[in-house]
Amino acid sequence: MALSDEDVTTILRLIDEADVDELRVETPGFTLHMRRGSAPSDAATGAATGAVPITAPMLGVFYRAEGPAEAPFVEVGARVESGTVVGLIEVMKLMNAVQSEISGTVVEICAENGRLVEYGQPLVRVAPDR
Amino acid sequence: MISRVFVANRGEIALRVVRACRARGVEAVLGASEVDLEGPAARLADRVVCLGPAPASASYLLSGTVVEAALGTGCDAIHPGYGFLAENAGFAALAAEHGLRFVGPPAAVIELTGDKLRARAAAAEAGLPLVPGRAVGSHAEAAELAREIGYPILLKAAGGGGGRGIKLARDDGELAALFDLAAAEARSAFGDARLYAERFITAARHVEVQVLGDDRGHVVHLGERDCSTQRRYQKVIEEAPAFARAIGYSNAGTVELAIDVEREDFAFLEMNCRIQVEHPVTEAVTGVDLVDAQLAIAGGEPLPFAQPDLVASGHAIECRLTAEDPDDGFRPCPGRVGEFSMPELPGLRVDTNCEDGTVIPPHYDSLIAKLIAHGPDREAARTLLLEALDRLTVTGVRTNRELLARLLREPRFVEADVTTRWLEETLA
Repeated sequence: MALSDEDVTTILRLIDEADVDELRVETPGFTLHMRRGSAPSDAATGAATGAVPITAPMLGVFYRAEGPAEAPFVEVGARVESGTVVGLIEVMKLMNAVQSEISGTVVEICAENGRLVEYGQPLVRVAPDR
Repeated sequence: MISRVFVANRGEIALRVVRACRARGVEAVLGASEVDLEGPAARLADRVVCLGPAPASASYLLSGTVVEAALGTGCDAIHPGYGFLAENAGFAALAAEHGLRFVGPPAAVIELTGDKLRARAAAAEAGLPLVPGRAVGSHAEAAELAREIGYPILLKAAGGGGGRGIKLARDDGELAALFDLAAAEARSAFGDARLYAERFITAARHVEVQVLGDDRGHVVHLGERDCSTQRRYQKVIEEAPAFARAIGYSNAGTVELAIDVEREDFAFLEMNCRIQVEHPVTEAVTGVDLVDAQLAIAGGEPLPFAQPDLVASGHAIECRLTAEDPDDGFRPCPGRVGEFSMPELPGLRVDTNCEDGTVIPPHYDSLIAKLIAHGPDREAARTLLLEALDRLTVTGVRTNRELLARLLREPRFVEADVTTRWLEETLA
């Protein structure tokens, strides 16, 4: 089951209007965990889906591609190996490549292109090979 | 006008600045390391961003990262607090290049005052007396100076300051032994091996004068922070704004002067380009909110008061409660605070970012809280501070509380007023 950004927005709106504080749906291959007010911890979601976040090694501006006209380094469904570049972080005009440390499949792009990411912020999530 | 300030610091000064922003209706974004993402300052800020891991060299000291974070969060100003990047001219310049207002003096002024030789030259030009001395490029030059002005002399690093990088030589033998060492230390500590030598004033009082200047050349002083200097030094204190004006200083700073008790004169020492840890003492006696004034000045506003408007009232004493073990060489004692409670007493102000359960990380200084007691006179402030120390509770970490109380009860501290009178008589 794959969800688009719009699906997620719709689900969030429905939850927002409902009188619940936390929701957890688990079916084979799909886990949805939401909590009102604060995000569920990475550990909780990671453990449920088996996906591992690749986090920002530094604060800076995140870029998904080498340039505005280039294709993104990775999309959902892409294979990554240890060393695969998943994005760039710019600090004062210096570009720093962010590499995956595991091999697996990208299941989520968490950070927006061209926006500030903080140290430790998840950039993409990877479902590791078993 | 400033609309959103990036607060590039931690602990009590971060909370102090965030509060000042809120009071002005200005948004505050806190840039914090991984271990400082929670606590009162983080909660009160409009947004918190994680600069990096705990070591300051990987977070609070990364000037490019801090500027990037300020830009990425839509800030139009950066407040550096004290320590970290506060007196880093390169950082102030980088912020300015990117269109951010630096809450402090212009980068060129920070650079000038950071170079003690240039600062001396500027002070001389502004008509301030200097301690006799000059730059010395070799041991021979230093020895020649010593013959002219006499021992003891101080060897100081041109790039030093705040009491660091200073060596005392009492005779030719000591000078010979110290010169190369002082130069090597200056190079490794400040990246600048230049030294200068000046006469050591044996009976000196250091006086720190708080000044505030706007970007239109209007500079006022808010008195000094040494309890034992009184009316007699008024003329000396009034020299401080002259120096600040001469170098184009704006925002808050302190001018340090040495008063030579034996020779009955005074001399310029250096200028500090930051809000200081002890600024609440001045705030207590003048009623001026210095951090609010900093934000106003950085936003281009003129100073809202003139020198005659500033009148000191009463006496204030500040002490720093730290997580240290005074019985073990002031070894820092980081750890998790259990219960944290500060008394509420009339005239007492407590600046802290601690609460029940706060972790004092091992990566930074061990300051837990600043206690500032303000009373009609010194004795009232002293007894109020003692009462506060007696009634506060901090469990879980060792603190210097007993030591502070013991110092406040020391006869020599209690009798500082007598010393002042003695000083006045000496100078009369």
